[in-house]
This record gives sequence, C-alpha cells and structure tokens, in this order.
Amino acid sequence: MLQTFFEQTGHPELVILSAQWTLDIDWLLYFTRKDRIVFVPQQSKCTASMIEILEGLKAAFWLVITFDAELWEISLRSLRVTLTALLIASAIAIPLGTYLAVQRFRFRRFVISLINALMGLPPVVVGLVVYILLSRTGPFGVLDLLFTPTAMIIAQVIIITPVIASIAHQSMRELWAEYHDLLISLNTSKRQRILTLIWDGRRNLLTAALAGFGRAIGEVGAIMIVGGNIDHVTRVLTTAIALETGKGDFALALGLGFVLIGLAILVNLAIHTLSQTEREGRW
Amino acid sequence: MIRSFSALILALWATGSTAEEMRLAVTTSFDSSGLADVLLPAIKEDLDLDVQLLVVGTGQALRLGEAGDVDAVLVHSKAAEEAFVAAGHGTHRREIMYNDFVLIGPATDTAGIADAASAADALQRIETAQSLFVSRGDDSGTHKAELTVWAQAGFDASTFDSWYRSVGAGMGQALNTAAAMDAYVLSDRASWLNFANKAELALLYSGDPALFNQYAYLPVAPAKNENVRNDLAMVLEAWLTGPRAEALINGYAINGETLFVFNAQPK
Amino acid sequence: MTQMFPLTLDQVLVRRRGKAVIGPTNLVLQPDGPTIIIGPNGSGKTTLLRVMHGIERVTSGTVAWQHNDPSQHAFVFQSPIVLRRSVYENLAYPLRLIQTPKPEVAQAVDHWLERIGLADMRHSPALRLSGGERQKLAIARALIRKPQVLFLDEPCANLDGHATREIEALLQEATAAGTRLVMSTHDMGQARRLAQELVFMLGGKVHDVGDAETLFTSPANKELSAFLRGDIVT
Repeated sequence: MLQTFFEQTGHPELVILSAQWTLDIDWLLYFTRKDRIVFVPQQSKCTASMIEILEGLKAAFWLVITFDAELWEISLRSLRVTLTALLIASAIAIPLGTYLAVQRFRFRRFVISLINALMGLPPVVVGLVVYILLSRTGPFGVLDLLFTPTAMIIAQVIIITPVIASIAHQSMRELWAEYHDLLISLNTSKRQRILTLIWDGRRNLLTAALAGFGRAIGEVGAIMIVGGNIDHVTRVLTTAIALETGKGDFALALGLGFVLIGLAILVNLAIHTLSQTEREGRW
Repeated sequence: MIRSFSALILALWATGSTAEEMRLAVTTSFDSSGLADVLLPAIKEDLDLDVQLLVVGTGQALRLGEAGDVDAVLVHSKAAEEAFVAAGHGTHRREIMYNDFVLIGPATDTAGIADAASAADALQRIETAQSLFVSRGDDSGTHKAELTVWAQAGFDASTFDSWYRSVGAGMGQALNTAAAMDAYVLSDRASWLNFANKAELALLYSGDPALFNQYAYLPVAPAKNENVRNDLAMVLEAWLTGPRAEALINGYAINGETLFVFNAQPK
Repeated sequence: MTQMFPLTLDQVLVRRRGKAVIGPTNLVLQPDGPTIIIGPNGSGKTTLLRVMHGIERVTSGTVAWQHNDPSQHAFVFQSPIVLRRSVYENLAYPLRLIQTPKPEVAQAVDHWLERIGLADMRHSPALRLSGGERQKLAIARALIRKPQVLFLDEPCANLDGHATREIEALLQEATAAGTRLVMSTHDMGQARRLAQELVFMLGGKVHDVGDAETLFTSPANKELSAFLRGDIVT
C-alpha cells in the first residue's frame, strides 16, 4: 500500500506518514533505503477538509469586516424572521407550558405527550403542510402569504412552539412543586398563579426560549419550502448556505455558517445581558 | 426587557419597497448559470419590476404553476411543458433560448466516453463499465433529458444496479455528490461552468444534438385565481423575447465561453 | 370585623391512598387563643392544620367557620417557602395579589423589614437568607395582610435557640395585636410558653383539648401524661 502511494504521489523522496498507519518491519526496511524521509503528520484527506474549513473562516472574516451588503441583508432577515417567530411562539408556549404545570384536567397527560411528540416533527413536513395551506389553491390562499417572510415565520412558530412549551412545562412543573402550598394558601387565582410562575421562572423560560431560537435560526427545510429562498425577499442565512453548497462554493457556504453561529452567540449574549441588567435592578 | 425586545423586532421590520413584484419559478440549472444575476437588474431597470425567483426543479416549478403560486415558469422539458399548457395551467409556451447538456466524469475517464460517437454511445460505455453514475432523480428537466438519452441508448434507468445513484437533488448537489464519488453525471453546461467544487471531475463529452436544452417561458393561466399577475407575466415575456434580452443572453459568458443562444421567435 | 370563630370540625376524615391520616375526629376552636397542637410524629398535626386552613380536602365530615373569609387566614409552613424574588418582593407579594396601592405596600413592607431586622437585605434574593431569616420572612409575609387567624406548622423545627426566641417574640406580638394563632410544635417548652389552649393529637384523632395550664399540670389521661413526660406514645 505504501509502495503504491509513493508511485502515485510521484515524489519517491517524500514519505508521507499518517498517524493512523501502523509501521511494520517491511515499511521500516523501505524507509532505510530512502535517503530523505519527510514526516508530515496527519497528512491525508483530513488536510483537505482542514483547508476547506480555514477557507470558510477566511470567507466569514472578509464578509464580516467588509460589511458585505448582501450578508447584512440576509443576516438581518434571518434575525427578523426568527426573532418574530420566537416572540409569537413564546407568547403561546410559555403560558401553555405553565398552564399545563398548574392545572390538572382530563387530557393533560395526552396534551403533554402530544407536545413532546411534536418536538420531533421533521421541519420538512411542517414546511410542506404550511405550503399546502398557504398555496393559492389552499384554504388560506386568499391571504397570498406563500413565499413571504410571514410564511417562514408561521412555519418556524409551528416548529419551535412545542420545543419551548415542553422545556417551559418541565421547569414550571418544578417551580410549581416548590410554590404550590404557598400560592394555594394565599388564595391566588389561576391567573395569578400562572403569572407568578412565569415571572419567578423567567430565567428558566429564557433558556427555553433560547432553545427555540437555536432551533429556528438554524432551520432550513421548512423555510426553504414556504419561503422559496427568493433573493432579496425570503433568502436567509440557512437557505443561502444551502444555495452556496449547491453551487459547490463550500468556502462561502462555510463562511455563512460561521456568520450564523456568530449571530446566534451574539443574540444569546444580548438576551442574557438584557436579563442580567434587569435582574440587578430588581434584586 | 420585553419592551426593548419588541422595539428591536419592530426596528428589524422597518423596510419598504414600491416596485411591482411577480414570481417566476425557474430551474436550478438556469439559476446556477448566473444568467439571472445579469437579467434581473436589467429587468428592474427597464420595467421597474421585481422578479422574485423560485429556484426549483422543473417538476416542482410546474407544480407551483399548477397551484397558481407563481405567475410564470421558465423551464426546460418540452413534453412536460406541452402537457402543462394542454391541461390549461399555462396560457402558452414561448421558447426563449437554449444551451446544452454535457457529460461530466472523472478526469481519468474510466469508461472511456471522451471519444464516444454519440451521447447514447457514451452512456452505453458507462453501462458496460458499470462506472458510478449520479442521476438527479428529482423529476427536473435535466433528469428528464438524462432519461431520454438512456432510452435512446436502449436502457431503462430504473433497472440499473447500485452503480447508478439517483440522489434526488438539485444540480449543484448532484455535482457535489459526483465530485465526492468520482462519478459520471449529466449536467447543463452553465451549471458545470459555474460549479466551484470540480475536484477530479472534467467535461468529457458534449455536442450531440440529443443534448440540446431548450428553455421555454410559460405564463400561468390567470383563471387559476385572482392573485396571478398575468399582466406582469406578459410584460416580462415581451422583455425576455426583446432585443435587450437577446443581447444580454447571447453576450453572457463564463471564462470566455458563451452559454446560451437566444432563439425566441418574434410574434 | 366579622367574628370568624368558632371553627367547628365535625367528624372530619382525611384519607390518603386508602389510609386514614385523620379521624374521624371533632374539634371546636373558640375566639381565644393561642392554640398549640402537640402530638407524636404522624399523629396528623400538619394535616389537621391544612384542613382548617382549607388547603387540604377532607374525605368526609365538615369544617365550618362561623364566618369564613380565606383572605383573613394565613399559613406558615414547616420549611419556609420563599419566592425566587428579593426580600422586599417576598413581603410585597401578598399585598400585590389584592391590588394594594403602591404607597401602602411600601409602608407595610418597610415596617416589617425593620421589625424582622432584614432592612439591609431588602434587595437581596430571599434564597440567600439563612433558615431562621427565611422563617421570619415567611411569618412577616403571612402577617402582612393583618389576618385574623395565623396557622403555623412547627415553624421553629430545625432552628437554633436564638432564631426560635425571635420568632416567639414575633408571635407574641401578633397575638397581642389580635391575631389568633393556631400552631403545632414538637417543643414542649415552646408549647408551655405560648399555649393558652392545648390540643393533643394521637393516631389521627384529637385525643385531648382544653386549657393549657390545666392539661400541663394535671394531664387528663395516661397517654397525655406519658407524652408530656417524654415517653414514646402510639
């Protein structure tokens, strides 16, 4: 194997050693016959992919420091769509998750199982269903929402609401176990109980919301179908990454991927900072 | 905190646009040629019309037209297009331009198709060598063209063994797959020239008239629903078949190689 | 103010998973207190208090107040429940629930912060308080709406002597201010110090009830006298 490798590289004086290869006696004999041996650790297909990733980092770096107009546009659109979806989904999921923690009713177990199951819903299926509903021949066709950012928001809301509701329910259940006796004793109304839990559990709920944000900002399957990846209208970071991958421009695709990660980190930090300053003021 | 968050979202939404908009479903091969980047700004300049491109396979493009979700389609699969018009989904079919399909494969050309006598002959050689072959498999125009050539070569692609890989993906994805596997693949010339991840692949065979790739424009029937902008579709058709489009299409080149030939007939 | 007492428990039975935790038993509480409930572990003291407060449902029997107003009784739990808020917000919480105007809230909270010696910690998270401080906070929070009745479930369990003394002082003040205390305890010394009326629970039933002084000096039966002596009674 090593023999053929030498022949292929055309550089018999260059011995390339990979860490995965085991040295056996024959190879050692072969080495001793060579007058020049160059060890290049880890040289293999690995290096090609390393270069690709470095190229990606470079592309991301240049895109960001040159304030690339198109990058700005699609990044802002990504944020716009995802944050709006997050706001709507949180407004539904947080009270729902809290209500499920506080209130016992007949189908409660079923509803919780349903939400947990919906978390695993493939985004493509959500995309397809939203597409069919919003298509001009579909039931909501008259609204003419297909291939608009609104359609993408709808799809994302459907995808992340169960995620947020499930995590919110989990942490609200723990808080409710802690607060139960006191709130019952103080003769609180249902509404007051839910509001108290939401307020006092807000940092856990923030974690739930951020999990939803992470899922939404990185989502591509559903928004590709309902948004259509239209340039200047519905193109966002993830669909742009899919597009560049399709064009074989891996460096740019990776670069956009790094921008996406950077953006997600920024949003996380920003939201944490916001909640932090607010906490200092209160406590 | 909630207030600042809402303010942030409101700020993010503050944008506006006044130009007329229409939606055009195009094939992936058309989009990845890069021609759209030349045509769309010119259309905006001449007509003040924002053409929103939906880049999908021919099959899905026609489905979008059938549902009335786009105002027109620009695709390349004559039989499917004629059926589309016959079924009343489109008002008519207008040929705009053509380019050609090319056979891509490993530079070592293990099946030896470079000196094939015809496209069908080239595919026969691949079949004989059982070399890896990537098929789009997504009901796109390119996929249909590929199946047609296989039929000409006397084969039914659905009976092939594992050397025939149907990936069910767009042109770029199929080329990426072929590059990773050193496989043969049928691509339109424009996508190939614009493709950045060529790896060990090379253009091995082209030129057979069987690989001729005609693009046609089909306005969606306005009877579909009131939201279909047939008026804008007609305006765009007039422009696409006019002198400015002709000059831009015939003049579009990558690495000095022209890609498309304008062949719209005046009405 | 409408008189809430007497509170009458008639044939009260509480079953949990098929096992009777309480009763059936009877008890009548008159307007004069404080009432101290004693009895061995598992005799049903906590459940009895919860039933009287109305946060535990009875399986059968009735709990009847002369005139019930849930906003007029409060409860202090054995391990204090503190809200994940500041000390200030913990005290303000019960008042906020009943839409008390802001200046009144501030005034009442400031008063209680001073009283329980936590004024310096008003903005710290209540979860940072020690066990004794938490219990003082819980009692102040229970008293802040000026309830007519305060139920306490072994509020000084797990607390040191210093904290216990502070809490007893708080409770004596509350009694003086007209709040009727009903409290369970394990600490016979505490029972002697605070009780006017004594309730002895055994096996889920009220075994004895009467004037504290009388029962302590001359227990009516051998179970009570054994319990007061410190023997194990079942």
